[in-house]
Amino acid sequence: MATVRKQAKSMKLFEPKLVSEALKQSFVKLRPKFMVKNPVMFTVEIGTLVMLIVCIWILAGEQSQGSFIYNLIVFIILLLTLLFANFAEAIAEARGKAQAESLRKTREETPAKLIQPMGEMFLNEIQKVSSSQLKKGDVFLCEAGDIIPLDGEIIEGIATIDESAITGESAPVIRESGGDKSSVTGGTKVLSDKIKVKVTVSPGESFLDKMIALVEGASRQKTPNEIALTILLAAFTLVFIIVCVTLKPFADYANTPITIAALISLFVCLIPTTIGGLLSAIGIAGMDRALRANVITKSGKAVETAGDIDVLLLDKTGTITIGNRKATHFYPANGIDEKHFLKCIVLSSYMDETPEGKSIIELAGINPLSYKVDNPKFIKFTAETRSSGIDFDNGNSRIRKGAFDSILNLVHKAGNKFPAETENKVKEISSNGGTPLVVSENEKAIGVIELQDIIKPGISERFERLRKMGVKTVMVTGDNPLTAKYIAEKAGVDDYIAEAKPEDKMNYIKKEQQNGKLVAMMGDGTNDAPALAQADVGVAMNSGTQAAKEAGNMVDLDNDPTKLIEIVEIGKQLLITRGTLTTFSIANDVAKYFAIVPALFIASIPALQGLNIMKLNSPASAILSAVIFNALIIPILIPLALRGVQYKPIGASALLQRNLLIYGLGGVIIPFIGIKLIDLIVGVFF
Amino acid sequence: MNTELIGVVAMFTLTVLLAIPLGKYIAKVYVGEKTILDFLAPVERFIFRICGIDSTKEMNWKQHMIALLSINMLWFVYAFIMLLTQGSLFLNPDGNPSMTPDLSFNTAISFLVNCNLQHYSGETGLTYLTQLIVITFLQFVSAATGIAALVVVFNAMRDKVTDKLGNFFDIFTKTVTRILLPISIVLAVILVFNGSPASFEGKDTITTLQGDTVQVSRGPAAGMIAIKHLGTNGGGWFGANSAHPLENPNYLTNMVEMIAQVLIPIAMIFALGFYLRKKRLAWTIFGVMTVGMLTFLIPTMIAEINGNPAITQMGIDQNAGSMEGKEVRFGTPASAYWSIVTTIISTGSVNSMHDSSMPVSGTMQLLGMMTNAFYGGCGVGILNYYIFIIIAVFISGLMVGRTPEFLGRKIEAREMKIASIIALLHPLLILAGTALSSWTIVNHPDAAWAVKPANWLNNPGYHGFSEMLYEYTSSAANNGSGFEGLGDNNIFWNITTGIVLILSRFLPIIGPVAIAGILAKKKFIPESAGTLRTDTGTFGIMTYAVIMILAALAFFPALTLGPLAEYFSLY
Repeated sequence: MATVRKQAKSMKLFEPKLVSEALKQSFVKLRPKFMVKNPVMFTVEIGTLVMLIVCIWILAGEQSQGSFIYNLIVFIILLLTLLFANFAEAIAEARGKAQAESLRKTREETPAKLIQPMGEMFLNEIQKVSSSQLKKGDVFLCEAGDIIPLDGEIIEGIATIDESAITGESAPVIRESGGDKSSVTGGTKVLSDKIKVKVTVSPGESFLDKMIALVEGASRQKTPNEIALTILLAAFTLVFIIVCVTLKPFADYANTPITIAALISLFVCLIPTTIGGLLSAIGIAGMDRALRANVITKSGKAVETAGDIDVLLLDKTGTITIGNRKATHFYPANGIDEKHFLKCIVLSSYMDETPEGKSIIELAGINPLSYKVDNPKFIKFTAETRSSGIDFDNGNSRIRKGAFDSILNLVHKAGNKFPAETENKVKEISSNGGTPLVVSENEKAIGVIELQDIIKPGISERFERLRKMGVKTVMVTGDNPLTAKYIAEKAGVDDYIAEAKPEDKMNYIKKEQQNGKLVAMMGDGTNDAPALAQADVGVAMNSGTQAAKEAGNMVDLDNDPTKLIEIVEIGKQLLITRGTLTTFSIANDVAKYFAIVPALFIASIPALQGLNIMKLNSPASAILSAVIFNALIIPILIPLALRGVQYKPIGASALLQRNLLIYGLGGVIIPFIGIKLIDLIVGVFF
Repeated sequence: MNTELIGVVAMFTLTVLLAIPLGKYIAKVYVGEKTILDFLAPVERFIFRICGIDSTKEMNWKQHMIALLSINMLWFVYAFIMLLTQGSLFLNPDGNPSMTPDLSFNTAISFLVNCNLQHYSGETGLTYLTQLIVITFLQFVSAATGIAALVVVFNAMRDKVTDKLGNFFDIFTKTVTRILLPISIVLAVILVFNGSPASFEGKDTITTLQGDTVQVSRGPAAGMIAIKHLGTNGGGWFGANSAHPLENPNYLTNMVEMIAQVLIPIAMIFALGFYLRKKRLAWTIFGVMTVGMLTFLIPTMIAEINGNPAITQMGIDQNAGSMEGKEVRFGTPASAYWSIVTTIISTGSVNSMHDSSMPVSGTMQLLGMMTNAFYGGCGVGILNYYIFIIIAVFISGLMVGRTPEFLGRKIEAREMKIASIIALLHPLLILAGTALSSWTIVNHPDAAWAVKPANWLNNPGYHGFSEMLYEYTSSAANNGSGFEGLGDNNIFWNITTGIVLILSRFLPIIGPVAIAGILAKKKFIPESAGTLRTDTGTFGIMTYAVIMILAALAFFPALTLGPLAEYFSLY
């Protein structure tokens, strides 16, 4: 399964299998019922039909419309324009479907072990049913080797689960009842142990179902930006309808007969067919890109909103810092031999299973077994003593390490003095964002271990990138304000919430939203759910609870907290691709006017040759070249539409300048060259 | 020629130098800060009291528009009846007749909408009474209407979420008393001292050097000529407009009238900067508009100064440039400059005959009205520009990967719908109108009207087409100038241009006010590093490109059959 997904990820833009499916769809989509949803292309379809009628009319003996071949070619090119546009949409859909297909395999009928309820109790009587028969609220049993039939929440037991079917990640994860890791997804496989799961969704609404529906475009709704753009494009289309319709009486006044083919060609060239043909492909490709990043979005709108995010809330642990603190320095007190100090801390950490304990031995670089001690007795960490350690030599050596106040207490109780330099060191470490771990031997303080959060390599560059995008980053941590401030500065986040309680996140989000900001956050726990729902973009981790997943509008299958950065970029890319291609499409009109308008009138007003600045061969070849260019530019731009225009975080004005230069000025110049080149070939025949 | 060009540069520089302090003053008037004309407050209070207006009641955008439309409706009925009956009223020393119903419909609308398309000649078509209490009155209130609508948009552009956008009558009245009247008085005095008449006596009779007796029309014209320019109205007292020696006696009055007509449109840009404390935005808008003006002005200058090649071929000296249709006392550059300024703003007064301009100049004059957003008419120029800003913001917002926002408000489907309709309206009215008249000429040349369609055009061919295109363009841009070869005082032209005039005046006012009103109620988003700034050169270029491609390119085929065909036939 994992391999299938990986393949899907590295899928080529034009996989032959997808292309043949898309080709078929290009014709199916010609049905007016589909076309009418895209006003720009719908008008092209009407134009194509008119050309078909004109061709038949000529066969029936009409003389005024030019040669049959010429009209037939115009008809064919217009048809191709339509097919190219449909193909763009179809190939984007096909790529989504290919992804969905690999998911669908996991959803196929799975046997489920339904546990029959008996009043309030669940008996251990098991009935084998098909997954499709499960209802919300049912409880089923899953044992090692079983495929989980439907999304649910573990109500009893613990199990290791292979989630590679949806995440592509082969390492198994642990899921257990209660807490934040209790949800399981249909289609994943139990590797060990046994769990009882309560179904949380209705059949057909499971996570996988939603995902498949989304990528297949079945539930794809137009986003607000897309609607606004469609309105603008419709307006452009209307302007050019007016331009072309009124041209007829103008030409009659000027005694210049205009053929229907020329008029329709002018119209099709002027309306923004490039963006009109690629618009829905761009939208589908955007969601597809999110999916490739292993993020499932509940709607296309969420992806778009992600591009607008102003504030990003990130948990410290796991996002900014590597999971746990690590020992970074040892500071023995005055008069304590360093070797002896090392021995003490290594021995005290010998049986310490915590990541901090392990990191101490790692830093010391000494194998604890190299010390010979008699009758070692390990003292485990308890919440009461807040220290751990080791007793040996029949209790004559007592080493402890723990929080400053607990060791201080221990030392003072025994009537010993706490060394001043050690106390200073403790304060220094705290103010540097570290955690001091004081070591005592026989109730005398002998030194301090410094534990530090390790900031993920490269994370500050990512925050810098976000800052350039105009996104403010906020770190959320349970640490005290001093530590939080230190880490925030070091990692380069703009703000932090220290000693954060779940409601603090919520309040912070509300405060920012009141100032008109859009806020994104990532979360996994049930107590994150309200904040996830409040945030404009809430990304839930797939490993999180059902509640968190319901509350957010995206789910990250990789459980990667830095994923938000990618999502923001995908959102921006989506808008940029639409904007630049719109600009390109409209800028193209300049050249097309200069190709077609002189061609329309040159026969009766020879002076207008001066307007034929491209020196196109003849009116017929000028018109054909323009419509051919207009048609060809669509498939040429399909890869760009699917991949998306690159986003560069260089500031809004600089980005506008760049894109205006490439797609605006480029959009003016390229068609002049393109049309001229096509004319060199077409001119041979016309 | 160099001296004449310096004259043009001086006129423009002087305009900007005057517009900046005036803009500051205008902003103060609407903010309610202290100004030197505060002694007029009792006059305004008196007006409010007799009209029963509560000038402190704040209105939302819809209430503003209801107020604007209803009072305009009232003025229309008043003007229509007056023109229809003027012949039998007093103050008519020359005994001019009443207007026909279709002409008075056209004239009433034309002056109501700040267009001043004149299908009559002032000397014979109007009486002193209607010149004063209909024409001059409408020239004041129509300019004030446009400015007031713009101030409503200013109010909506402030950084607070509100639907309270000031009181329409308060803004309107102050516009007349604090801005239009005082400046008009100054202008009128200058004109009177330079020879414009301000007499209530009828025609004068003079004997020329040749010994002929000539009847010279006159009247209380100076005041009307002042507001005609200041309010970007453009309708002349005399048929020949500001080419007439009594309406524009010398180079000095030419400069004064020239500066006066573009003064408020430019001052309003700076007023925006002072009022909203967004000076950079104001300068960006001013920059784009000035580049727009130069785009049209430079080709016109070159074409006019070089003169007509056909005349050069005849061996006639054209050192003075193309002098056909121009006044010797103004010369070529000053006339070329006037012809572009009067078309980009919606004045439409002329000091030379546009019909005689070179084809390139004709193209540029047409384009000035087709874009209709470079400086533009009093108030309405920036309103038109606002629509293009919204479209430019939308496209460029997408291009930088952010939901488009303008001054802290998100632009969404509803605003785009309104902006699209307004942007669409202008080409629709112009092209559909011209198509209708072309169709009529081709298919019904002998229709049984007072003037047969076949006789509408003085010039056949391309130039005739330009005349029709110009007439509708001038109507749709509420400009009022004309390619005067067109026989336009007949029922077809009076009615069709009348309809174009109404639609192209009020919809482009309602549209931007509605967008601004809707935006003002939306959540305000403070600027962040990711926000696309709208006060930069790059955004200015974007807006310029949108105006040129959207507004100008749509007319390319029409221009090709008119002035462009003429141009290519000439060279």
